[in-house]
Amino acid sequence: MTERILLQGNEAIARGLIENGCVVATSYPGTPASEVLSSVMAWQDAEGLAMHVEWAVNEKVALEIAYAGSQAGLRTAVAMKQVGLNVASDPLMSAAYLGTTGGFIVVSADDPGPHSSQTEQDSRLLAMLAKIPVLDPDSPAQAREFTGLAFELSEKFQVPVLLRPTTRVCHACQDILPIAVRKLDRKADFRKDPARWAATPKFRYHLHLELNRKLSRIAAHEPTAPRLLNTGAGSSRAVVASGVAAAHAREILASLGLWDELPLYQVLQPYPLHETFIHQVLTSYDEILVLEETAGVIEMQLRDRSRVRGKISGAVPEAGELLPELMEGILADFAGKYVRPLPLPPEEAGRRPTLCPGCPHRASFYAIKKAAPHGIYPSDIGCYTLGINLGGVDTVLCMGAAVSQAAGFYQAYRIAGEPRDVVATIGDSTFFHAGIPPLIDAVSQGARFVLVILDNSTTAMTGNQPTPAAPLPGRVPVPIGQVVEGCGVRFCKTGDPLDLPAFIRLLREAVQFSRDEGVAVVIAKSPCLVDRNRPRTKRPQVMVDASCTGCRVCTSQFECPALVFDEETGKVTVDLLICSGCGVCIDVCPSRAIKKREEK
Amino acid sequence: MISQQLIVSGVGGQGILFITRLLAETAIAKGLPVMTSETHGMAQRGGIVISHLKVGAFSSPLVVPGRADGLIALKPENVRLHRHFLHEKGWIAANACAPLPDTGDSSVFVVQANAIALEMKAPRSVNLIVLGRILAEEGRLFCGYDDICLSLERKLAAKPSLLRSSLDALRAGVSGAK
Repeated sequence: MTERILLQGNEAIARGLIENGCVVATSYPGTPASEVLSSVMAWQDAEGLAMHVEWAVNEKVALEIAYAGSQAGLRTAVAMKQVGLNVASDPLMSAAYLGTTGGFIVVSADDPGPHSSQTEQDSRLLAMLAKIPVLDPDSPAQAREFTGLAFELSEKFQVPVLLRPTTRVCHACQDILPIAVRKLDRKADFRKDPARWAATPKFRYHLHLELNRKLSRIAAHEPTAPRLLNTGAGSSRAVVASGVAAAHAREILASLGLWDELPLYQVLQPYPLHETFIHQVLTSYDEILVLEETAGVIEMQLRDRSRVRGKISGAVPEAGELLPELMEGILADFAGKYVRPLPLPPEEAGRRPTLCPGCPHRASFYAIKKAAPHGIYPSDIGCYTLGINLGGVDTVLCMGAAVSQAAGFYQAYRIAGEPRDVVATIGDSTFFHAGIPPLIDAVSQGARFVLVILDNSTTAMTGNQPTPAAPLPGRVPVPIGQVVEGCGVRFCKTGDPLDLPAFIRLLREAVQFSRDEGVAVVIAKSPCLVDRNRPRTKRPQVMVDASCTGCRVCTSQFECPALVFDEETGKVTVDLLICSGCGVCIDVCPSRAIKKREEK
Repeated sequence: MISQQLIVSGVGGQGILFITRLLAETAIAKGLPVMTSETHGMAQRGGIVISHLKVGAFSSPLVVPGRADGLIALKPENVRLHRHFLHEKGWIAANACAPLPDTGDSSVFVVQANAIALEMKAPRSVNLIVLGRILAEEGRLFCGYDDICLSLERKLAAKPSLLRSSLDALRAGVSGAK
């Protein structure tokens, strides 16, 4: 390729992986990391590369599969979002001790803000906990460059390397010149060494000592050493930045007229921070400002609390995204310069996200409220978290927790002998990810609740990745119903939520079973409307006739964005730009004022 | 070198990403460096979606409030939400059927994109209609109508019917200016 092309940060990481000879890539989708693996897949197809690329059932499994490839000498990578690294932390901690053979990169994308996550956690802290090096790119181009650095680092020191982009890197796009894919022609060659690969606790102590020795050598590894970006700038103060904060800082120093004045160091490898760098900045400057997301990882390694400003010192906020408008004020303050205050955003937040018009989940939540109006509704991670708008979601904790929390609520109320209806919701992909062990637990412990598996045959929120149930060529589909029955559940029925009256009847039956006997599972099966792979059916849009009483049940209880209450007429109208023609609202309207529109 | 900072704003499902990338690819075709920042995840489900687009020598993907040259708004209410990104002489191109309140000294270009899209039986083409509206104003964008047509032809080469309807929508936006 000789032309610059527009690459998203995640696409740039994917490009970097294959340009550097990665042949095993795994992932579980999660914003902001999802596009890494889909891009690897696209290039694998386009360039006919011999690889193993998979959407794994969860991040732990994904990491273990990629790690085994590294143990066999291949270059491999696993990608996930930051909370996915929590799920994968168990094998990661151990793999750090055992080390690698082929280069092994763990991409963990953080989400300061947060924009689309439960937490703002900083994966670099997990790298510290695991005692592995972490690289912190500032842009798509640098993220691509760092994949090469990471593989070299991993192979030189035989250690997993964390590549930590943030949302503003993952979901930035930039013009990039791709280079040819590097084929290393390595074959899997696992060298048996049980003393290392299956080390007992006694030897783990020695592996820990070895890891510590590796870390001190990595803290002197020249290619990942901090870079001074404005050579020539001289001052008694300096700025140290990493990740996208370094990209913002370059523009801000230039616009404040401080580029030739205030030295700006970019840290590529926040942990372990290079020892000579720590010594150099602490001896050369009176005051140092550290700009990084989201925790003070670099700051805590600059061991002089009296002269280092950052998150720990209170100079930089410890929560939220480090936006350039915020950084401008902090940098101006640090340099003793006045800047005009920037225009502020309005107080109002704007339109909240909502389930798509025609989304089958909306019908499922409506039916759940009808079948168990006084129930407790634990839910989970996915599009259907938006069921909160309909009053169909009471709790969201983490992947798979809907099932264990449903059991937990049942047990908590059982103690006093005053059981409540509990109806939990979980998506099909989330069920496979972390919903199966808690279902086994619930059945074996005699818990009683209804679990509705919202089966839209895809991982919708993150861009429609396949689930293990997908009948893809060359793969063996794993049907959800069989898994549920295999967990010991005695009530497992499937229904179509878009057939609302029948679905409400099915749920009532399930609620009764849960009161009398035990766990009841209802599989709400209807395809995601956003999924490009679903069969397309043309359905007539709806209209509202004059009998609309303006009761607003359809806009508040059912909350379809295509139904709009018109303040002037006091009636509901249909937004024909977005109505999908699912027709569920016909059964929702108490005065039967919603009808199918006759096609002209 | 040409330097332009833009905000593209709307709600999930309106095709904000499509026109942001179309503009970015047009910049590359003209030999210009470009950076964008996109919104993904939960917000794409009908929530507020905003893209930042910076053409020229930039290192940060984000536009600082008060520095944008233009705001392309696919919903009228998004003008109020994201107007603070504009500098004093910044322009606004918006999908609206009534005059917009409180736009200060900005030049404002509106088009009734919803009505045009429904009439064309192309409900998903609001994004290109509004882009066409600003392309009708000579010299506002870093690129011209012909540049965008070329980019669309490259981008949708494998989808001839989508290409045709996209070019129609763009043209309808340009005509909507009159």
